[in-house]
Amino acid sequence: MNDPDRAPHGDARTAKAELPPVLEDAAALARTWSDPPGLVGWITTVDHKRIALRYLVTAFVMFLGGGVLASMMRLQLSRPENTLFGPDFYNQLFTTHGTNMMFLFAVPVTQALGIYFVPLMVGSRNIAFPRMVAYSYWLYLGGCLMLWVPFLLNTGPDMGWFSYAPLSEILYTPTKRADVWAQMITFTEVAGLAVAVSIVVTALKLRAPGMSLNRIPIFVWGMVVQSFMIIFAMPAIMLASTALILDRLANTHFFDVERGGDALLWQHLFWFFGHPEVYIIFIPGTALVSTIVTSFSRRHIFGYLAVVLSLVSTGFVGFGLWVHHMFATGLPKLGESFFTAASIIIAVPTGIQFFCWIATLWSGRVSLKTPLVWVLGFFWVFLIGGLTGVMLAAVPLDLQVHDTYFVVAHLHYVLIGGTVFPLFGAFYYWWPKLTGRMMRERLGIASFACFFVGFNLTFFPMHLLGLHGMPRRVYTYPPDAGWTTMNQLELVGVAFMTLGTLLFLADAWMALRHGATATDDPWLAGTLEWATTSPPPAYNFLHAPTVAGREPVWDNPPDQPIVVGLRTDVRDVLVTHVMDAEPDHRTEFPEPTKWPLLTALSTTALFVGSIFTAWAVVYCAVPLFVSMTGWFWPKHPGETGTQAWPIAHRTLPMPNEPPSGKAA
Amino acid sequence: MIAASFLQSALDPAGPQAAHIARLWWLLLAIAVVVFVAVLGFLAAAILHRRRDTTEASLTYAVSIAVGLTVVTLFAILIVTVWTERINATLGAASAVTIELTGHQFWWEVQYDAANPVDRVTTANEMHIPVGRPVVLKVTSRDVIHSFWAPNLHGKRDLIPGYTTAIWLQADRPDVFRAQCAEFCGRQHAHMALQIVAEPEPAFERWLNAERAPAHDPADAGALRGRDVFMKRQCVLCHQIRGTSANGLVGPELTHLASRGTLAAGTLPNTTGHLAGWIINPQALKPGSQMPQNAMASDELQSLLAYLETLK
Repeated sequence: MNDPDRAPHGDARTAKAELPPVLEDAAALARTWSDPPGLVGWITTVDHKRIALRYLVTAFVMFLGGGVLASMMRLQLSRPENTLFGPDFYNQLFTTHGTNMMFLFAVPVTQALGIYFVPLMVGSRNIAFPRMVAYSYWLYLGGCLMLWVPFLLNTGPDMGWFSYAPLSEILYTPTKRADVWAQMITFTEVAGLAVAVSIVVTALKLRAPGMSLNRIPIFVWGMVVQSFMIIFAMPAIMLASTALILDRLANTHFFDVERGGDALLWQHLFWFFGHPEVYIIFIPGTALVSTIVTSFSRRHIFGYLAVVLSLVSTGFVGFGLWVHHMFATGLPKLGESFFTAASIIIAVPTGIQFFCWIATLWSGRVSLKTPLVWVLGFFWVFLIGGLTGVMLAAVPLDLQVHDTYFVVAHLHYVLIGGTVFPLFGAFYYWWPKLTGRMMRERLGIASFACFFVGFNLTFFPMHLLGLHGMPRRVYTYPPDAGWTTMNQLELVGVAFMTLGTLLFLADAWMALRHGATATDDPWLAGTLEWATTSPPPAYNFLHAPTVAGREPVWDNPPDQPIVVGLRTDVRDVLVTHVMDAEPDHRTEFPEPTKWPLLTALSTTALFVGSIFTAWAVVYCAVPLFVSMTGWFWPKHPGETGTQAWPIAHRTLPMPNEPPSGKAA
Repeated sequence: MIAASFLQSALDPAGPQAAHIARLWWLLLAIAVVVFVAVLGFLAAAILHRRRDTTEASLTYAVSIAVGLTVVTLFAILIVTVWTERINATLGAASAVTIELTGHQFWWEVQYDAANPVDRVTTANEMHIPVGRPVVLKVTSRDVIHSFWAPNLHGKRDLIPGYTTAIWLQADRPDVFRAQCAEFCGRQHAHMALQIVAEPEPAFERWLNAERAPAHDPADAGALRGRDVFMKRQCVLCHQIRGTSANGLVGPELTHLASRGTLAAGTLPNTTGHLAGWIINPQALKPGSQMPQNAMASDELQSLLAYLETLK
């Protein structure tokens, strides 16, 4: 207890035993915060947990779909001069795979965890701007359909997920394929930005009293950094995809070389988004690693400040390396050196995090459960990805392996290592919280073993393939190239990865059906999501919490005060100050509403229609206007809404004051 | 050793630049292996031996040392990288051969520079270079972005429409190297290869002189008929045969087609049978290529083949 960074575990348990008397009216809270029953509730919900689950399931389906496409590619390449798929279909396969995994799986799935857990971890009753989050989901679903329906109709985009101009221009891609791609990007941009804004505001303004900036859980920090990166990076791709579709539909010449446009402009705009995108994807992953390492080391993370600053500085430096995707274009040497230096520097914050995790495990009481095992897989895989990343920062070597299978290996080691492994760890870690059921340790380990072995079998040989001359995005290769054996080995790896994924799905299914009931805090972890029931009620916390440390379940003394004074008959939420999370005011959150869905439908009609006729923008503006008017129509003029703190006759208990009925 | 069994490989360098890069690779690989073993070693130790008496101060000390080592290593990598980049940027020699390389969907146009414009040589999909003499490639593209990559000689350089950039390379041994388009350029990106024939200076000069000559009129009647087939059909709309009225600039130049090793940018070996198949039905052999189907009677085809085989 003398050491502030060591968790008082035993005390946390006793604190649980001596719960304060129930001050709030649980029934009233449930009435206020619940959705209407049935389909209406399903459509109109603004509960961050329901929306997040929807996001999670959809994103996981996208993951499986993308995996099927990848398996088809590996099948095609398992023999030289294979005629299983032609070039046209193969190009659709890798374009859809890349676009799907980047835009429809990796970012949304991390944002989904953010939507679910950021409000819980900061002790709020809901996410900020919940209607916008509801809207974002419907739009994201529209984006998924926008990519997959054309693909299933054999008119999917076929110019690569990066869609380089001039190949994506109307002259070289005269069909609707590139338009589909460009508008799909716009869908995900809007959805991603909406969630990012909500998460930033939730983390900065809805934190429980006492959760000053230096007590914010690392996962929340990771989501904040990711969200800020989305806010700055997504507009670049929005600009690019809009310019592209204008070139294609309205005869502008942004990227049209023949008429004064510039082919390299696309690459700068695309990679100014595209490189931060990598960090957007794996920063939440590393934040998950911090979370799981902390929980299963049973101590506060070593070097909290260093880890947080590493995340933040990665977010900044991540915007300074986009040109390393363009070394082969023939840039001035001084410029190349600058971007080499930036690309090498970014290894430092990631290195610091690695060392802090190892130090945490070193000095903690390690409990080797499935989530931690997945994180150990992350260490192996992501470390290799990081080391090849440093190699790729070296311009001369990059010139050899750029656009080869070496890069394919590198990016999968970084993205699957940095995101998918922690994500599976997080699924196992949070499954009890999400569903109230436990998954099986043994199946989890088996699933991990298959996935880990399969992953390395699939992707490690790609390093060698790239060095030995195999370029990316080729639908076939000559028999005498010497690449056949390794491509066949990779197919075996795919089988193992598939098995690992199926075992996970089986585990999840069985846990839902027959899993042991989960306690509130089965891992004895310390953050606030474990301080409520599994799964949490619609209102998240019976007593809106206050916190006295980074892991409140561990650190809060038994007499920790709670927030009182929030109304239970309306959706009252406490808003706190940014720095020290002192109570600022309370505000009323929106009720379930149909307008986000209707607005999303109008937006979808506008985006899809605009591919076929410019008039769609005009026509669809009408329903869009109507639905947004409905959305913003004032509901409760008068006494509710935002109120200054303190509220008449009801104050927040002073620190150290025993929780009692006095406050009522 | 292993590298020899690959058609093209960055680890089987045949030029000074590829050699520098291969050396950089082995250095970076060694560093990576050391770091990997060290980090995972500490991780394993952290998991396995449960020593909880470590003080926070000693952890801070250890982590600081690790961060310091990381920074020093990265800085060393930066220096080696920039240095390798500098020495690879140019081979600077007055005697360099200048070649203009232009990318097309899905083939390569190769043009040898000469002081006198008449002496310029244009060919396609096969590039001869003298051994031991620097070559400067001026690269650009006529349509979409392509990338020139001959891994045994040097790293890549993108061919970007609207931009012309220069890349130096040099072959140190006589051999036939394969270069392949490395930037996705459309449906037949996979079949866009370039043969690089590195040969001793005299052989190279002989080849260049032979290429400079226009096509001669064929001697035998069958081939003459074949020339008429070529000139009267759609072939002339795209292809050029110097010394004849075929002046198309859309497709590969064919003046010395019969002397080349491959057809359709490295897709097929240059044999009569493959050539016949390629002329009749290119979309079956290279679906999505710009060459259209050419239905013709069997005797027409035979004459045409006879003519094309005279284009040595």
